[in-house]
Amino acid sequence: MGNKVDYQKEPAQTPVKMERTRNRKVFVPKVDIIETGDAMMMYADMPGIDEKSVEVVLEKNILTITGTVEPQDCPGRSIAYSEYDFGDYERSFTISDEVDRERIVAVVKNGVLKLTLHKAPQAEVKKIAVRTE
Amino acid sequence: MFGPAIWRFGGRMDPLQEMQRLQREMNRVFSGLEQPLNPEVPPVNAWVGESDVVVTAELPGVNPEKVDVSVVGDTLTISGAREAAALKGGESYHRQERSHGRFTRSLQLPFHVEAGKVEAKYDKGILRVTLPRAEADKPKKVAVKCE
Repeated sequence: MGNKVDYQKEPAQTPVKMERTRNRKVFVPKVDIIETGDAMMMYADMPGIDEKSVEVVLEKNILTITGTVEPQDCPGRSIAYSEYDFGDYERSFTISDEVDRERIVAVVKNGVLKLTLHKAPQAEVKKIAVRTE
Repeated sequence: MFGPAIWRFGGRMDPLQEMQRLQREMNRVFSGLEQPLNPEVPPVNAWVGESDVVVTAELPGVNPEKVDVSVVGDTLTISGAREAAALKGGESYHRQERSHGRFTRSLQLPFHVEAGKVEAKYDKGILRVTLPRAEADKPKKVAVKCE
């Protein structure tokens, strides 16, 4: 029983779904978002990542967090029992204009990514003088 | 397992419901898992080698000092707690998806282990416990002599 060869082209979905070059599972990390007086704190559970393997990208209004995880296998042993799978992490959020783009702080500790999104100082109120003609 | 269902064919029968019940029953029989996984306990993976077993668990954001790993006979128990962020005045949750609270996980190992030589490491949110097989429990090789 060899692999079945399929010469038919695969129809695309509309809109075209994003695909990854690496054939690996991708998980959506669970997050907590807490609003404080002057910032938004975001905590994302991403076990297996460190500061080198996580990426935070802000493009226009979309904040994307991605984490790349190395396989957790043990050389010389074979998996006997498995309840969870490992894989990369990816999740995107739309953020509002009140976040200060220049002051986003990302810290990784114990497999948790902590993002601090400071709020932008309120646009100054501009008063327009009204004249009479 | 199929017994009571036969009688249901007599009176009112909902074919869809019957099919779903059958499917559930089949899944249960062939999955090998008697009980569904409890989502409240951390899932574990176990790797078995010739001389030891390695158990890993994903426990992100847990203080490693508060994780308790104990071995009794051939049972490994991992317990600990993850604290929820303490909200100060004026703070509020927009989203709360991460779980918190106490957790305990017990796992029966395939052999007895050397309790004194168990090592537990916590790195990047993953707990990795290495349990060497007890000397007394290792398989003995018997030489075959011929006369």
